Amino acid sequence: MRFASRRRHPRGLPAVFLLGAGLGAASFTACDGTGGVAGRDGDGWVAPRTVDGHPDLQGEWTNGTMTPLQRPEGEALVLTAEEVAVREGRRREYIDDRNAPSDPDREAPPVGGDGSTGAAGGVGGYNYFWIDAGDRVAVFNGEPRSSLITRPADGRVPGLTPAGQRRRLQAYGRLAGEFDNPENRPIGERCILSFGSNAGPPMLPNYFYNNNYTIVQTPDHVMILTEMVHDVRIIRLGEPKPAAGDVRPWFGESWGHWAGDTLVVRTKNLNPDQMAAYVYLFGPGSENMTVTERFTRADDHTIHYEFTVEDPDTFVESWGGEVPFTRLDGQLYEYACHEGNYALSNVLSGARAQER
Amino acid sequence: MANFPRRRALRRAERNPRRGGRVVCALLALGLGTFAACAPDDGIPRTASGHPDFNGIWAALGNAYWDIEPHMARPALAMREGPVVPVPASEVVALGAVGSVPSGQGIVVGGSIPYLPEALERRDENREFWLERDPEIRCYLPGVPRANYMHLPFQIFQSESKFFIAYEYAGAVRDIYLEDPGPPQVDSWMGQSVGRWEEDTFVVTVNGFNGQTWFDRAGNHHSYRLVVTERWTMLGPDHLMYEATMEDPETFSESWTIRLPLYRNVDPDARLGQFKCVPFVEELMYGHLRKNPIR
Repeated sequence: MRFASRRRHPRGLPAVFLLGAGLGAASFTACDGTGGVAGRDGDGWVAPRTVDGHPDLQGEWTNGTMTPLQRPEGEALVLTAEEVAVREGRRREYIDDRNAPSDPDREAPPVGGDGSTGAAGGVGGYNYFWIDAGDRVAVFNGEPRSSLITRPADGRVPGLTPAGQRRRLQAYGRLAGEFDNPENRPIGERCILSFGSNAGPPMLPNYFYNNNYTIVQTPDHVMILTEMVHDVRIIRLGEPKPAAGDVRPWFGESWGHWAGDTLVVRTKNLNPDQMAAYVYLFGPGSENMTVTERFTRADDHTIHYEFTVEDPDTFVESWGGEVPFTRLDGQLYEYACHEGNYALSNVLSGARAQER
Repeated sequence: MANFPRRRALRRAERNPRRGGRVVCALLALGLGTFAACAPDDGIPRTASGHPDFNGIWAALGNAYWDIEPHMARPALAMREGPVVPVPASEVVALGAVGSVPSGQGIVVGGSIPYLPEALERRDENREFWLERDPEIRCYLPGVPRANYMHLPFQIFQSESKFFIAYEYAGAVRDIYLEDPGPPQVDSWMGQSVGRWEEDTFVVTVNGFNGQTWFDRAGNHHSYRLVVTERWTMLGPDHLMYEATMEDPETFSESWTIRLPLYRNVDPDARLGQFKCVPFVEELMYGHLRKNPIR
């Protein structure tokens, strides 16, 4: 659908991130003794700091992984080295297979599609050249994980309350007649938001492509850009002052503070259309959903990202997980989605043609 | 230690007597250490490394976003012939005075844009077919410099390692690289921006445009060969002077410059709004493809 903007700079280009880390470290040296607490791990690694003494989260990051959000039943949270090797090996085989060049002499797909699903869309849409879904198991705190969700202990989204079940039906009902109107299409396809819950909160991999982020940090703000659909989260730091009125922007209203070396972000006032779209991911959030996120620099290449979803109107208990954000060795492209969204008009006009 | 603020500020003061005639030093107690931080007495907020601190929400005043050249007020952007004088086109007549164009003194230095003859014809044609052609009508990304003087504000996030602009309009963004990554690898709506400091002015070179953006709602346009050199200079704590020089040999006979002040939103609770306008234009762009088009 939208090829032009998803290509990434080749590996090896000078990344602005490196400059950020370097300056941060230098500034920390200059400001040593300012009250900042050095984040050291067992090997003596010291988190780079911004000039105001906080861990430096800035630069380009990715949370792409093949580890699913929810754990398949019967699996343990932590995978063995053998299990990781098998999964990543199978994934590589799959990718190699899907990466094979298309046969230019192949027949057109049969009317009604060839049965292929997902990105291929029944007519041989994307092959893997266009996909970057993540080919590695997520490793958090040194543990290879079978799911991103860690709470509850079974790694699954908890059950829905009766109100949550009703809201789920409403959300599905809204998408009935999926080819009738633009509003019936998913918000990612309409170029309103990134796929899945990429920009969040919670910020999750979309298992498709472009799971890339830029973080910029100032004394009173943290800005997180999601590459897809140039979604921007502006997180204000300090004592929360909720906006007056019932303002519910995309990505909600986020306030953050530093708890030691961890950036804690609490988000409320989430957008009802975004909540409805979550029905496909983990359930339809209510207007009272609250997401708490914790960002901690773990090493040179990793931010530990933890999230908790609290929504007693929807889920029978709160739940959450852990996602590694790893350093992206490159820069983000402009993801100008809407400007080239021929797919949406083609989907609708195709449906109109079928009705004739 | 090369960026120690005091030394940089003093150097700057020596180089720039206009700003640096007086230097104010303040004692800052910072944790265990105490040192003197000095800054020129110009009221300009500065980062730890001594550069002007542009962090904040900024916006233009005036009406340049309607037309960057000097212009009188007129009834509408889209007009048609009337029995006596031209009148607003039927598509916009319902907007009344809300759709009227306010006058503006223009922001083009010297008054007019030095178009090549064919490019001027196209500009006039763009005005005639404004409803079909202005990328803003379809909520497309605005490009540079247009993004900086639209009717909606933008927020600058500046740190020692990053300079990032988030625009309210369409959620457009610019990551202004502080280290040149080389020529842009693909054309884009917002272009590739590379910034550097010239004394207290942040100078940004923007290129790699796709040629589909405009300068305003009056059809002023450029090609993919446009190179913009922006100069951002703080005038005081809450004002900055924005300059942009345009070079595009396919469209203009010579380079030309716009200049306008930008103003900080001084409300302590100021926040950037969200104008993700894509869903707002779905009826315009896809309404005719509904199963049951709305009559």
